[in-house]
Parts: sequence; C-alpha cells; structure tokens
Amino acid sequence: MSAVTDNTTPVTQARPLSARMSWVTLAPWLYTLGLFVLWELLVIALEMPPTILPAPSRVFQAILQYWSPIWKNSLQTLYTTTLGFAIAVVAGLGIGLFIGWSKTIYAGLYPLMIGFNAIPKVALVPILVIWFGIGTIPAVLTAFLISFFPIVVNVATGLATIEPETEDVLRALGAKKMDIMLKVGIPRSMPYFFGSLKIAITLAFVGSVVSETVASNYGLGNMMSSAQSQFNVPLVFAGLLMLAVEGIAMYAFMAWIERRMTGWAHRSTMAQ
Amino acid sequence: MAHLVSPLVSIENVDMRYGGPNGTLAVSGLNMKVGKGEFAAVVGPSGCGKSTLMKLVTGLHIPQGGGVIVAGKQVTEPVSIVGMAFQNPTMLPWRTTLDNILLPLEIVERHRHRLRRHKAEYVEKAEHLLETVGLKGFGSKFPWQLSGGMQQRANLCRALIHEPELLMLDEPFGALDAFTREELWCVIRDLHAAQGVTIVLVTHDLREATFLADRIFVMSARPGRILKEHVVPFARPRDLEVMYEKGFNDMVHELHGEIAKARVAA
Ligand SMILES: Nc1ncnc2c1ncn2[C@@H]1O[C@H](COP(=O)(O)OP(=O)(O)OP(=O)(O)O)[C@@H](O)[C@H]1O
Ligand SMILES: [Mg+2]
Repeated sequence: MSAVTDNTTPVTQARPLSARMSWVTLAPWLYTLGLFVLWELLVIALEMPPTILPAPSRVFQAILQYWSPIWKNSLQTLYTTTLGFAIAVVAGLGIGLFIGWSKTIYAGLYPLMIGFNAIPKVALVPILVIWFGIGTIPAVLTAFLISFFPIVVNVATGLATIEPETEDVLRALGAKKMDIMLKVGIPRSMPYFFGSLKIAITLAFVGSVVSETVASNYGLGNMMSSAQSQFNVPLVFAGLLMLAVEGIAMYAFMAWIERRMTGWAHRSTMAQ
Repeated sequence: MAHLVSPLVSIENVDMRYGGPNGTLAVSGLNMKVGKGEFAAVVGPSGCGKSTLMKLVTGLHIPQGGGVIVAGKQVTEPVSIVGMAFQNPTMLPWRTTLDNILLPLEIVERHRHRLRRHKAEYVEKAEHLLETVGLKGFGSKFPWQLSGGMQQRANLCRALIHEPELLMLDEPFGALDAFTREELWCVIRDLHAAQGVTIVLVTHDLREATFLADRIFVMSARPGRILKEHVVPFARPRDLEVMYEKGFNDMVHELHGEIAKARVAA
C-alpha cells in the first residue's frame, strides 16, 4: 500500500508522507467538528429557540442529562436492527443463491422482487402490528424486510454474471451446476455480498426506527417520538445523534469485514 | 496415414444453429477428422464458426444435424478427456496460481475422489508443469500478480493438469507480444512431442498454424465448413528458424490467399 503511494508521489512534494496521511485520517473528525461549530454559530446568529433548532451544545447537554434512557433505548435499537439485519443476511444470501441459480428463476422472480421492493416498508408496519402486536418483533421484521433486498440483488447478480468462458472450461471437464456454483459462483458473488452489507445495515436502521416510532414502547424511534410530543426537541436531536453514531459504527464494521473477507477483489492495493 | 485409420475426433456433416430454428446458422455441412496424436490447426475468417467447432468437439454444444464422435463415442454431453484454453485466461482471482491449476482435478470424476489423499503428488505434478512453461516458483502468486503472458502459461498448465488426451486451444496466444508468443509456441511444440497429446488449435495467426500443425484446416465464411485441408510438410522437431525458409512463407501466403477469398465469397 505504502509502496504504491510512494511511487505516485511527485518528487517535488515537500511535505513528508506521514504528515499527509495523518491529515487524511484526521479529516473526517475535523469536518464533523466543523459541522458542529457551524451549526452552533448558525443557531447563535439566527437566535433560534431550542424548541425549533437546538444548538449542538444543548444537544450534548441533553445526552448527558438523559444518559440512562438514551443508553437503554440505543441498545434496544441496536438490538432490533442487528437482529433484523442478521435475518436479512441469512435470508438474503439464501434467496440470492436461489435466484441466481438459474436464468429461469432469475427471470421469473426478479420482477416480483422489484415490485416488493417498491412497496414502502412503513406501510407494512400496521400489518406486522396486527400479526405480532406492538414492540420488538415488528421492528425486527421491518429492519429485515427493508434490508434484505440489496443483499439478494447483489448475490444474485454475482452468480448471474459468471464469465461464460469460465463456465465453459469447467463444464467441458464434466462439472455439474453444483460444482460451478461452489467453485466459481459463490466465491465470485462474495465481494458483491459483502459490499451489499454496508448498504443493508444502514437501511436496517431506517426500518427499525420507523417501526419503533409508530409501533413500539422501546427504542430510539419511540424515545424521539415521545420527546417530540413533549416538545423536548434537544432530546429528539440527541436521539438522532445516537442513531448517526450507531449507523457509522456498524457501517465501518461492515466495511472492515468486507476488506477482511474479499481482499482479492481489491487487487491493486494488495499487490506488492 | 495413421490419422485416417484411428481418428480421435470425427465431425460428420454437422449443422449447428444458435438460438432456435430461425437463429444464426454457425456451421453447416462440417466434416473434419483428427487422428490420435495429431496436431491440427483451424484457420478461417472471423465469425466463421471456429469457436463453435471447439464447443461441438468438447460437447458444450450438441449439433442439430450430423454427429461428433470423440474417442469412439458419440458426443452427447461434455467429454472429460479434453483440456481447454481460451484467449482469455479466465483464472479465478481468489485462488493462487497453483490452486487454479489444480481446479480441474476437483471436477474431473476420475481425480476428484483421489485429490485429498494424494494432494502432494498432484501439487508436485502442477509444479513440474509450471516449470515446463517457465513459471517455476510462481505457484503461490495470485493470477492478478502475473503478467498477461504468465497467466496464459498458467492457463496452459490448467488445461494439461488432468492429462487430457485432447487439448483444445482457442486463440490462446492472441493477446501476447510476438516474442512471448514464439516462446509459447515452443512450449506447446515440446509438450506435443513429449506427451503425445492430440491438439486442435484455432488461430488467426497463419505462421503460428504453419509452424505448429501437422494439418491445417481452412474454413469458409459463416456458415462454416472446411474448404481445404493442408498437410504441413516440414519435418519435426521444428526450429523457429523454419519460419524463414521459402517453403514456409509460400504456405503462409497460400493460406492467406484462401482466407481472403473465403471472406470475399461471404
Ligand atoms: N451463443 C451464441 N448465440 C448466438 N449466436 C452465436 C453464439 N455464439 C456464436 N454465435 C454466432 O455464430 C457464428 C460463429 O461464431 P464463432 O464464435 O464460432 O466464430 P469464430 O470463428 O470463433 O469467430 P472469431 O474468429 O471472431 O473468434 C457467429 O456469426 C456468431 O454471431
Ligand atoms: Mg472464436
């Protein structure tokens, strides 16, 4: 990695490599800090009342003040989201492999999947409530329903786009469909699969929070909606902030898994 | 001649159409025989059905008319006595070069059950093949860490690892520079001489065909059939120097003329 960077660095560059690298790693933090400062200044300049737009300082104060409920609800949301996401990973992988297995199944089920994906999942929450009552289960299921689609599509695409020549080489040796799937299809679709996890996890948060907001007594979604009905706007923003933190953390985790599992798909960075 | 006595590959009056009754007629009235141990080359205008011919022989396509007989049996499904190599090396990027070469052994019926217990023996064989093609010590590298020419060499090893009786090569050297190509011609030539394997080579390079083959088949434009058959007279073992002899150039010239004519006739 460093060797590659070295080669592309023009000789005239005065600043040492390590200094530039640390700026790049610092940049996200600096920009985030900048956003908060800007937000704070804006609130002060426009003299916004905290019931409309609380300043970040006010939001952090709310986080400290309500730490116990925020912590409990954050864990609850993290739990419903990851559970729904985990089911989506298993089901998405299974359905994706099934759909990608043959051109006929792919052609037959793809329009159905698109149609299903076009349904806003919020609209399904009332049905889930009728079936399972309010609480954790609809939140988990909404997270699952909203996040499994990208996984299915990616896995199926990975399978459906095997190079015909690779398939020919194996089929000429007497390979059965199963052999081709195990030796080529599945390893090949893994980068697509791990890539889709990043998208799926963020969608799972959307699903669980939507469901908690309308049909639960727990979770950040519920906490924010009750805070809103009490005009406790700083607490609403505190909830949003916690969601953002959880989202970023899970996304980073998925990106890390992706890099670990499918290094071969990022060829140039591995070449030494 | 020996090949007429016991042909390993025999294509008899084959018609092959892609995509249903109104689809493209790729080859029509195709007849061809390749003897055991022979080196055959197929040349012809682009799109005339050369790759189709390869797929017919390996059983990847079953013809609508006529018959293909390989090793005395009518081809109705993929025949596992063949090894194939295409222009595109199609190495799997998540496997090391060595594991890529061992891949056919995980598929072919007669090897797949022995592979685990006799792994060391097979690895040794793969490494020997790598050495033959000049890739000694590269087995642990991933294919994308190799140059195009090196990948093509590894591709040849993969086609040979299960000791096929018949090697089908579809423009395997098309994407290589002239020097690497000549080097690999010699590798193929020596493999053919040492192992007695039957080889069918599809190529656009008429010098390649003339240098390597015992017989050259010239195909017509689509729908493809064999227009003419040449016996290459040069004695084996052939040296690269043979390409600067007059007889060699005359033969290349003649082939060139025939293909140019076949293109115009289309
Ligand atoms: N899978 C396919 N579906 C439909 N038509 C095809 C298919 N494969 C080949 N063809 C058609 O069959 C004809 C012969 O194709 P083929 O690939 O055998 O030609 P080729 O001689 O190998 O050409 P080239 O020298 O360019 O590789 C072409 O006209 C092509 O359009
Ligand atoms: Mg071709």
